[in-house]
Amino acid sequence: MNAGGPAARLHIDWTVCDGRGLCAELLPEALTRDDWGYPLAAPGRIRGSGDATNVPLTGAELVPAMDAVKLCPLLALRITRP
Amino acid sequence: MSADTAVEPVERGAAGQSAASRLFAGGANAGHAAHLAAYGTMPRRAPGGSLAQELEASGLTGRGGAGFSAWRKFAAVDLSRRPNRYARRTGAPVLIANGAEGEPLSFKDATLLHNAPHLVIDGLLAAAEALGAGSMFIYAGAARLEPVAAALAERADARSIALLEAPDTFVAGQASAVVNFLETGRALPRDLAGRLAESGFKGRPTLVHNVETWAHVALVARYGADWFRAEGTAEDPGTRLVSVTGNVPSEVVLEVPGGAGLGDVLASAGVGLDAVSAVLVGGYHGCWVRPSGMVLSTGAPSGGAPSGPPSPGAPSAGWVRPGAGVLHVLGVGRCGLEATARMVDYLAGESARQCGPCMFGLPALADVMKRLAAGSGAPDLVREVERLSALVSGRGACHHPDGTVQLIHSALETFADDVRWHLAGQCLAAARADGAAQ
Ligand code: SF4
Ligand code: SF4
Repeated sequence: MNAGGPAARLHIDWTVCDGRGLCAELLPEALTRDDWGYPLAAPGRIRGSGDATNVPLTGAELVPAMDAVKLCPLLALRITRP
Repeated sequence: MSADTAVEPVERGAAGQSAASRLFAGGANAGHAAHLAAYGTMPRRAPGGSLAQELEASGLTGRGGAGFSAWRKFAAVDLSRRPNRYARRTGAPVLIANGAEGEPLSFKDATLLHNAPHLVIDGLLAAAEALGAGSMFIYAGAARLEPVAAALAERADARSIALLEAPDTFVAGQASAVVNFLETGRALPRDLAGRLAESGFKGRPTLVHNVETWAHVALVARYGADWFRAEGTAEDPGTRLVSVTGNVPSEVVLEVPGGAGLGDVLASAGVGLDAVSAVLVGGYHGCWVRPSGMVLSTGAPSGGAPSGPPSPGAPSAGWVRPGAGVLHVLGVGRCGLEATARMVDYLAGESARQCGPCMFGLPALADVMKRLAAGSGAPDLVREVERLSALVSGRGACHHPDGTVQLIHSALETFADDVRWHLAGQCLAAARADGAAQ
């Protein structure tokens, strides 16, 4: 993340996400998957006890993030303000 | 703990303070007449005016666990009900008194509803007048609602308050679960991108407070902020109810001033510090601490105690947030790791199984804690606890995973010696009992 902070955040609604991992494929830089397949902020992206449910995105990731929002089969994702 | 425990006499404040009970001044199971005799009638106030100011000046914080400023939530609802050209039309605010108390070690809310239901009702009515609220609810388990129903039947001014029967689960008391229950009949926490104060029940500004918080609101509305601050400390004004359980002569609810010494509170419950190994403060989502020199406070006491959460081995005092007011005593001779493992197992079972990291991560944590407690000494168990903790933290629709991680971390710190022995395949707790009955 550059010094200017994230361009936006990707909010994950855990109550509906089923962890098939499509989003992690579309956003390989921002997301990995945890032990059970659920999207996880890539290492180093969230410092300390940062908010793991709203993953910071760079400007370059905005377009693929919007794709992920559209393609998530369960509508679990949304873009929120930085 | 049943509602019968609720008739336990409630003792006066600890720490040698003369706190005659504020919340139970009406006596046991107070009817409306006893209530009015003890507290007088509610003064009338201008709508939208001084209750907000008094609440702000009082410094009252939520008594349900999170300890947010009661005034801030009140003000947020006040703000979002006002016509605003940026906001959608929102409708009249909804007020909810939450007595679900899913925490198994807590019974102070049941005790309050049993003995002083009229204070909770008064708190709702005072806020409704100030906020122009449309609907009011009291949400609690079936047995707890009985005295409330009887209280409502006694007075004509509370007909607009409806009762809602909460299911008996740990997460049913989470604020978003309460609102979800109202809308859908399922008491499951829901994804909260926004705040309830702005958009809660059906998009209306919604104010959810613990029932004890509402009772304090009733007192602040009656007597004002200065009166409220006459008990407690500058950092943690007023009194609060605590449920004392575990290795105690009898389980009891006490009303104690903010900033009370943990040792004093335990003494009021008949527990001597030399019989105590550690105390779980705040409940299953709370922290294990050694009680000696420890102060219960929602904020850092200014009187010399080191700031921040207590660090183990600190020479004198530390402070610990009372959370939902649970004090669970672990007697000398009991193993804190084993007690924690059992709690984590329970918490894993209480995951509402909506959110993947919580649904899979908590059972995984419970499993590792069980192995650690059993002393099956794999040296990397602690590292695995840390890894799984990081994986579940902040990754749920509610704070259930975070609360569970907090419990585990405090156990690893407070029982650090035991962890070393367990990793080496031994448990010293029984030996430490030094012949005490176990
Ligand atoms: S695509 Fe949607 S459902 Fe699938 S893992 Fe990502 S957020 Fe979850
Ligand atoms: S975090 Fe756990 S307890 Fe909370 S809503 Fe999700 S699954 Fe339920």
